[in-house]
Amino acid sequence: MAEFNLTINGEKHHLNVDPNTPLLWVLRDNLKLVGTKYGCGIAQCGACTVHFNGSAVRSCQVPISAVKDNEITTIEGLSEEGDHPVQKAWLEHDVPQCGYCQAGQIMAATALLKNNPSPSDEEIEDVMNGNICRCGTYTRIKAAIKTASNSTV
Amino acid sequence: MSKVKTGMGRRSFIKNVSLAGGGLIIGFNWLACKRAAEESGKEMALEMPDEWFEINGYLKIGDNGVVTIYSPNPEIGQNVKTSMPMLVAEELDVDWKNVIVEQAPLNTDIFTRQLAGGSQSIRQGWEPLRMAGATARQMLLTAAASQWEVPVSELFVENGIITHTGSDRSIGFGEIARAAAQVEVPEEVELKDNSDFKIIGTSRKNVDAKGIITGKPLFGIDINRDDMLIAMIVQPPAFGMELKSMDAAKAKEMSGITDIFTIDTYPEDMEREWSDVAAFSKLVVVVGESTWQVMQAKKALNVDWDLNPELTKQIQILEKSAGLAEGGGLENSDTHYSLMAQLGPNKSETVRKDGEPAAAFRNAARVIERSYTCPFLAHNCMEPMNFFANVTNDKAELLGPIQTPEYAEKSVSKRLGLDLEKIDIQMTRMGGGFGRRLYGNFLVEAAVISHKMGAPIKLVYTREDDMTNGVYRPAYHVTYRAALDGNNNLTAFHVNAGGMTESPLFANRFPAGAVDNYLAESWTIESNISTGAFRAPRSNFIAGAEQSFLDELAEEMGQDPIQFRLDMLKRAQNDPVGENNDYDAARYAGVLEVVRDKAGWDNGSSTSSRGVAAYYCHNSYVAQILDMNLKDNEPVIDKVTCAVDCGIVVNPDAAKNMVEGGTIDGIGHALYSELTFKDGATQQSNFDSYRLIRHREAPKKIDVHFIENGIDPTGLGEPPFPPVQGALANALYKATGKRIYKQPFYPEIGTESREIKT
Repeated sequence: MAEFNLTINGEKHHLNVDPNTPLLWVLRDNLKLVGTKYGCGIAQCGACTVHFNGSAVRSCQVPISAVKDNEITTIEGLSEEGDHPVQKAWLEHDVPQCGYCQAGQIMAATALLKNNPSPSDEEIEDVMNGNICRCGTYTRIKAAIKTASNSTV
Repeated sequence: MSKVKTGMGRRSFIKNVSLAGGGLIIGFNWLACKRAAEESGKEMALEMPDEWFEINGYLKIGDNGVVTIYSPNPEIGQNVKTSMPMLVAEELDVDWKNVIVEQAPLNTDIFTRQLAGGSQSIRQGWEPLRMAGATARQMLLTAAASQWEVPVSELFVENGIITHTGSDRSIGFGEIARAAAQVEVPEEVELKDNSDFKIIGTSRKNVDAKGIITGKPLFGIDINRDDMLIAMIVQPPAFGMELKSMDAAKAKEMSGITDIFTIDTYPEDMEREWSDVAAFSKLVVVVGESTWQVMQAKKALNVDWDLNPELTKQIQILEKSAGLAEGGGLENSDTHYSLMAQLGPNKSETVRKDGEPAAAFRNAARVIERSYTCPFLAHNCMEPMNFFANVTNDKAELLGPIQTPEYAEKSVSKRLGLDLEKIDIQMTRMGGGFGRRLYGNFLVEAAVISHKMGAPIKLVYTREDDMTNGVYRPAYHVTYRAALDGNNNLTAFHVNAGGMTESPLFANRFPAGAVDNYLAESWTIESNISTGAFRAPRSNFIAGAEQSFLDELAEEMGQDPIQFRLDMLKRAQNDPVGENNDYDAARYAGVLEVVRDKAGWDNGSSTSSRGVAAYYCHNSYVAQILDMNLKDNEPVIDKVTCAVDCGIVVNPDAAKNMVEGGTIDGIGHALYSELTFKDGATQQSNFDSYRLIRHREAPKKIDVHFIENGIDPTGLGEPPFPPVQGALANALYKATGKRIYKQPFYPEIGTESREIKT
């Protein structure tokens, strides 16, 4: 166990946890921020995607000891009113079925658009390929990303 | 308008739908949201009322006209949480924008069939839900009529406002709700004509969408309570093994660990429900303060497992009877396929026979015979199995993802000796069901653990626990034979189907009824591996196999695959063979005709390789044409065109989402997914070894066309999943020149076999 100071979604937290605890479990169990999901624990499904200084990372593979001063943004912190252009596009296209993967999809998509505001279909597929949707909303996710890309430019 | 009898007295209608014990509500809580909005100084879209009036078990009306509708059925992503309340709202005549939806708990007094499975929620809820809305509406009208001293027949309702045109008076639902709640429940109500629908048949957004995209705690695995402990199981490493002993000394000392012990979920003397499928009843349980700490302790355990003598002996006998080399009684995939090919057909039972198939085959000019097979599959819901339980000797508070709460309640009652009234089950939104959560072994486990601990616990499975726990889609095998005469006419059709541990045969489905001489046979082979319903059980294999065979048959006979089917369906319609033919030939032909037209099948302009398939299951008809190309030997699916007959479509865009999802799901499993076994253990336990379809592999475009026929709605969760597998197989043949008879298809594409890499 060790002491850590973290900033999550702009808020400071002080914790006492095992340094090897993945950020995913600190978020879910210690900070009760359960928007970030557990799907596999080995960075294969993308459900745990958060932003680490604006870049998409799989939080199940980030030990808490590595977070330090870096800015962590989770789905809860993406916007105050749930009105980030990507979130709005998700609503416009009524993307979710079960919804479990969607926070991870949205976090991956927002990071993609920040780096590449007008991605091609192929670029979308390549970047998003790490996020599994078991219900098969892939065509809607792509459509939502394209809608959001037009509005964030 | 049609009249229906309500058959309900006030007593059963007005029941307390709030939590027993007043504890945990999980979900997107509008009140909390409003408070938060007020604190931040922002406007809430919907003002909360000061007072609610329970009108019946399905809905309550606020004094400001806001209506809460309780969605009765479990939500697994099929969006009944939106479409079932739409049915209530339609007949209630409330404005949909004033509706809040809440998940109803298990309540067998008010609701029937609170179950997600068989694609039946809308089909079976169609009348009861509309009736619930209509009775509430009638009570509101009666109250208004009484207040105004006018006959009910002079009143008009629209969007939650009652008007008496004669005297130019109007009143909102909110103002009359208190009085309406006192009105006697009518014995009979009128339902609207379909032509008067204002909500049904229009697209409405998913009621949970906002919560999903902002990361609200919606799922069972998201439950958090201050005094809650986390529990995880440790299960045998192979099917056919059982717990022998364990050394928990080191693990118990680890940080955050509360206790480690063993449980027996289903003792020998307990009578199991059908839903109590569990290969592993005796489990090791680790309980601690946080998920990560418990996961670490699991790894530090020393557990000894042993062969279960009864189970392993059974397998050895089976292998011996097939003349196969005897293993140690633990199962291997190679043996599975050999058993199914060799042993299965010798154990066949005739399920249906029309005409004289044996003679027809003897006299045939040509006999075409093909066999198809598929592996066990894991359901792999994105949200792993989990459940929250707070159980004492007096009551059980259970909360989490379950497709069959009514059956789970019975199991807990039997297991713990608690009366049903002492058990409260609340359903959370599920991160996928696909049939896995029909079987609530994890719910019973959670209840047993909580009871033993004397504390509230959340049981969570790791992905590895989940993928190796069993309840798989069975491995199946089918052989088709067709007899052709000298003129290339089909004279006989023979299907011999079986599997481990059930047969996928539907003896009365097409082409039964369309062929003079028909034989359908069935067999099963036992296994230690537990199996259960997987999206579109049995259909999820046999549709693809059958539709591949018909494609090959049509080619042999020199016919277009769609016309070939249409001709047979015409025969089945006009001059059917035999009895109990389980399909409507006209509707089946209907979807084929529409998909042929919409995909431009006949104009030959497509640059893709095309395959067609159609199937009837779960009361609905689906036809698909799949267009693909090969790029560096990788299948690239350009487009799937779908024609769907599921009767009236309640929520069109959401229905389209279901068809898209089922199509992608069917393609993914047929192409890539597989569990293989070595010495009783799966060789896949996470997504690095078990492949699911991903973004890159999904079709670039999916077009969905619904048949409009005004027939009462039938299901949609499952019907699009089976036939697309046949369309895929048939398109792959066009693309590669090679027919593939074994799922998953991917390794067989191209000239050399290759492995599935994830």
